Amino acid sequence: MSASIEKGINAFKRQVDSSVAAFFSSCVHCGLCSEACLFYTETGDPKRTPINKTEPLRRIWKSEFTLMGRLGKMVGLTKKVDDALLEEWQELVYDSCTLCGRCSMVCPVGNDIALMIRKTREGMAAAGQAPEGLIGATNRSVTIGSPMGVRWPALRAQIKHVEEDTGLKIPVDVEDVEYMLLLSSMEIMNFPEFIEAVAKIFAKAGVTWTISSEAFEATNSGIQIGVSDIAAELVQRIVDVADKLRVKTVISPECGHAYMAIRWDGPNLVGKPFNFKVRHILEVLDELRKDGRLKLSGKESQKLTYHDPCQISRRGGVIDEPRKLIDMFAEDFVEMPDGGKMNWCCGAGGGVSANERADEIRLKVFDRKKAQLEEIRPDGIISACSNCRIHLEDGLEEHNMDIPLLSLTETIAEHLAED
Amino acid sequence: MTEIELLSWARGPGLQIATIIFVAGVVIRVLEILLLGRKANLAEAKGGEMSSGLKTMITRTVPDRTTFKRSSVTIVSGYAFHIGLFVVCFLSAPHILFLKDIIGFGWPSAPTAVIDAFAVITIIAMLVTLVNRLTNRVMRYLTNFEDLLTWFVTFLPVITGYIAFHRIGMTAPTLLAVHILSVELLLVVFPFTKLMHAFTLFIARWYNGAISGYRGVAS
Repeated sequence: MSASIEKGINAFKRQVDSSVAAFFSSCVHCGLCSEACLFYTETGDPKRTPINKTEPLRRIWKSEFTLMGRLGKMVGLTKKVDDALLEEWQELVYDSCTLCGRCSMVCPVGNDIALMIRKTREGMAAAGQAPEGLIGATNRSVTIGSPMGVRWPALRAQIKHVEEDTGLKIPVDVEDVEYMLLLSSMEIMNFPEFIEAVAKIFAKAGVTWTISSEAFEATNSGIQIGVSDIAAELVQRIVDVADKLRVKTVISPECGHAYMAIRWDGPNLVGKPFNFKVRHILEVLDELRKDGRLKLSGKESQKLTYHDPCQISRRGGVIDEPRKLIDMFAEDFVEMPDGGKMNWCCGAGGGVSANERADEIRLKVFDRKKAQLEEIRPDGIISACSNCRIHLEDGLEEHNMDIPLLSLTETIAEHLAED
Repeated sequence: MTEIELLSWARGPGLQIATIIFVAGVVIRVLEILLLGRKANLAEAKGGEMSSGLKTMITRTVPDRTTFKRSSVTIVSGYAFHIGLFVVCFLSAPHILFLKDIIGFGWPSAPTAVIDAFAVITIIAMLVTLVNRLTNRVMRYLTNFEDLLTWFVTFLPVITGYIAFHRIGMTAPTLLAVHILSVELLLVVFPFTKLMHAFTLFIARWYNGAISGYRGVAS
């Protein structure tokens, strides 16, 4: 047994808790999860059935944590977890799963399969069986502070542009403010309009806020690849800065996995509750709306729909807020079929977009989103995740579908009342 | 061994042994799950774990619209045989009498014609699930020996019960003995296979609901 497979097996063992044991004990191989997964529905490949992706973890659970499994192991009857198995499973665990969690919502026995796959990644990564693209992104996150290699000077330059364009001062490293805004590298490089939008909205609402020059990256490759130590280190950087600046709330930007990482996984990764709150930008905007601090003017007459980013809606709990915000400016809003907590994933989350090997399947499974869109034929798609946005644009272009993608925060900024 | 001796063994020592294995096995399996424990969630909660977990234990019984459309054969046959099994097991007069002897109390039974109809429904539904398992490409891919074994040991009491009730073929004591022995086989296999889902699915659903509910999502 190589050192890495040993590490992998130990990592798998650490992932087994009472929830995992209850889930594996309950699976009856009904196959319903396959029909909830766009990687199955769009490829028809039974290997991609969600529960099948957890096979390495299942084998460890069975042989180490059940009476029959332990007896079986003594007489050599259990199925082994080795490099060959993990190599074969890489494509299923990383390329064919965005951790969207739709399977977890339909499993009749209640298995949180997305959580099980997330846990399977921990063993895979420890055994050295993760895709090159994700390893690279994770290494850049650790050494540079961003999966895309974005350093502070790049953000500083973008901030300068925004300041010139808006005439507003973007607060940097300011202490004792209400909010600290995190950003995803994707936003910094491709959608700096997001920073501009937040600056305009906050200026109107009279919100005190800051960006940190030390910890501005919101995404967490450690979670996507499944290395909790690294994920914890990336979270800790944000915690240290938020504590130093004594901010009340850290804002997760328009990025699904960033929200999951800092809001729901963060405190569990670093092992203690935060001294500050974490809110998604949509939650913050909705709070401002409720307090009467967000006033909009003008309506969009075109038919708009909302693409729920999985980690924000289904896995994150921010479902009503975007709809209330959209209601402020949209005259003709239409839900996608299965919209809300059962929305279909764009196909690029959970590290899939950082994994070049998955490029082909990522575009293939976009067919599900295409089918959803063809049912309602919107004039524009609003979303709140820059990763979804980039991928949806890719997919639409591939199919010559001319539907503009809109950021919810940016659209709100465009409609700010002049008073 | 005469057929009366066989029946006596099946109703006496056989049943005792099977029941002990069943009860001890189920207790061990449930304990080996629960004793693993789970770390407390340190993130600020957006909703309750307990209430959401309890809710999902019930609500997950109903499939969502899209899933139903996409997997109607699996869902309808699954429902039919689970409901059928419940009715035939617990609402037929001979079963209630048999259980009353052991646990000391009984409850009203369903009319014989109803039980007979449900038995036929159960048999047909179980055959559909088997065909579905062997022909549906996802199920065929997932299916292993245990899936077939558990189908077999569940089907056996249903079919032997139906045959015993209608006294087809052998004499009554032998038919009854075979039926009881098939139930004992089911009891012995139960704790060590996926049949355990009958108990553990409530734990699994609770965790699913609790995890989602903590984040403010109804699952």
